[in-house]
Amino acid sequence: MVTAMIEVKGLRKAFGDHVVLDGIDLSVPSGAIFALIGPNGAGKTTLIHILSTLVAPDSGSVRVAGHDVITDKEGVKQSISLTGQFAAVDEVLTAEENLRMMGRLCGLTAAEARRRAIELLASFDLTAAAHKRVKTYSGGMRRRLDLALSLVVTRPILFLDEPTTGLDTQSRRALWNDIRQLAAKGVTVFLTTQYLEEADQLADAIAVIAGGRVVAQGTADELKSRVGGDVVELRDENDEIIREVPTGSSIREVKMTIDELVRAAPEGSRVNIRRPSMEDVFVALTTKELEESAI
Amino acid sequence: MNSLIKPAKSASFASTNAVFIGRSIRHSVRNTEALVMAIALPIMLMLLFTYVFGGAIQPGGHYVNYVVPGIILLCAGFGSSSTAVDVAGDMTNGIIDRFRTMPISSMSVIVGHVIASLVRNLVATAVVIGVALLVGFRTTAGIMEWLAAVGVITLFILTFTWLYAAIGLVAGSPSAASGYGFALLFLPYLSSAFVPTDTMPTWLRGVADNQPITPVIETIRGLLTGTPISDVAWWAVGWCMLILVGSYIWASWAFNRKAGRR
Ligand SMILES: Nc1ncnc2c1ncn2[C@@H]1O[C@H](COP(=O)(O)OP(=O)(O)OP(=O)(O)O)[C@@H](O)[C@H]1O
Ligand SMILES: [Mg+2]
Repeated sequence: MVTAMIEVKGLRKAFGDHVVLDGIDLSVPSGAIFALIGPNGAGKTTLIHILSTLVAPDSGSVRVAGHDVITDKEGVKQSISLTGQFAAVDEVLTAEENLRMMGRLCGLTAAEARRRAIELLASFDLTAAAHKRVKTYSGGMRRRLDLALSLVVTRPILFLDEPTTGLDTQSRRALWNDIRQLAAKGVTVFLTTQYLEEADQLADAIAVIAGGRVVAQGTADELKSRVGGDVVELRDENDEIIREVPTGSSIREVKMTIDELVRAAPEGSRVNIRRPSMEDVFVALTTKELEESAI
Repeated sequence: MNSLIKPAKSASFASTNAVFIGRSIRHSVRNTEALVMAIALPIMLMLLFTYVFGGAIQPGGHYVNYVVPGIILLCAGFGSSSTAVDVAGDMTNGIIDRFRTMPISSMSVIVGHVIASLVRNLVATAVVIGVALLVGFRTTAGIMEWLAAVGVITLFILTFTWLYAAIGLVAGSPSAASGYGFALLFLPYLSSAFVPTDTMPTWLRGVADNQPITPVIETIRGLLTGTPISDVAWWAVGWCMLILVGSYIWASWAFNRKAGRR
């Protein structure tokens, strides 16, 4: 029995002389929901492509469900399911035909594939459009079909690259629910997201990548405590935020920050002191990394 | 670990191919414009060559008997060229990544397009022959000659479809694929398809006599209208096998090299 479903050590990948991943170490336990966050171009999609055998790593060891992604591609493929960042659906076919095709390719019989297609159409709210060609779908409908396609059969590991981008709030909540249910069944979910709230709500563990490295890894709370202190918000009379200043957690540090703000604060402004959010963590970690790599 | 989430069984090689062939045939049927063109073009070419050019090329009025094999190959070449566009379209869409990460033979996507092209083109060929018979084509072929002719035509379609599939795989986009494919469509004009090669200037004749299309045309012409075949049949089959194997290897190489890139 494998304890770490995904085990990455010293992973490096460059495209030409552009180094994208520069020594990544990650470990994802079985049944966890793992979120990868990082700015645009940080290499999230590249990492998912490497984990799902689409792209070969330059160096380092990468094992998925105990299989090496270079020497045992077939083993990896049998253990994973992927929804990539960009829709991977057949536009000429209908949603139902897409799902049935996927079912057949996953080894279901024609009857099983049809039954599974009907279930998934219902749970992704696509029943009404089931027999329309995907070409005519809205972006969100296409995305929902795309997600349904990777759930036709349940594999031990599910990769989701920005799964909720382009979904409305209701569909996003529904997907979060599905992801939690899958994890409860023992599926390991590896997802990337631009929404820090999503990582905060959903993930058991979060890794932040920037500048080709993992700059922080842990639970949402651990990451927040790494930023340390509180955040002082300066708000105008309409309660709009003018400035947010991260500070320490001692009373002296907070007071000094407020003293600074008083000088620049317009008439009628107010202050609010709060715990750091994921957003603050993200900004603090990625800007620090970018500044360091600029030097 | 939950029993639900064992590593997946997956489709057998045969059913993977069947699924992809079904998919590509659905695509062909739904691409109405391409389907109409594939059927209408042969008919238009047949009428054009018989009634417009025919009188000037061969005033006796028997040009139709000369030109039918050429029209068949011209249409087969045209019909299989859309494979390049279909394949390039799949390679630039994210769906190929989904197939590649599944425990199936993902190259079967291409096999699906090739078989669908074969079916489309055999239907188009039947239409060409039907129209040819209506406008005065007279054949000397018995059942054996017909079977042999269909065999050669099938091999020719398969060969060119794999060649176009490889072109589709190396082209950066569907429109580039269509552009490269177009160049190949001139080959039939530089052969014995429309006029005997001994009417051409010597240098051109050298090209026309030694390119792969001429022996294929001469073989079909011999089988259907009784002109001498001699050893051209071997040249025809040899050329097709050579290009077929070469294209298949080229296509497999390009398919694997493209992994993870779009
Ligand atoms: N096939 C490729 N060839 C060359 N460069 C590439 C290739 N794929 C990705 N890159 C580069 O690698 C870097 C990381 O890209 P990647 O798509 O992994 O980022 P990302 O973190 O997923 O970004 P986003 O949040 O925008 O999706 C980018 O600078 C991109 O230009
Ligand atoms: Mg990405």
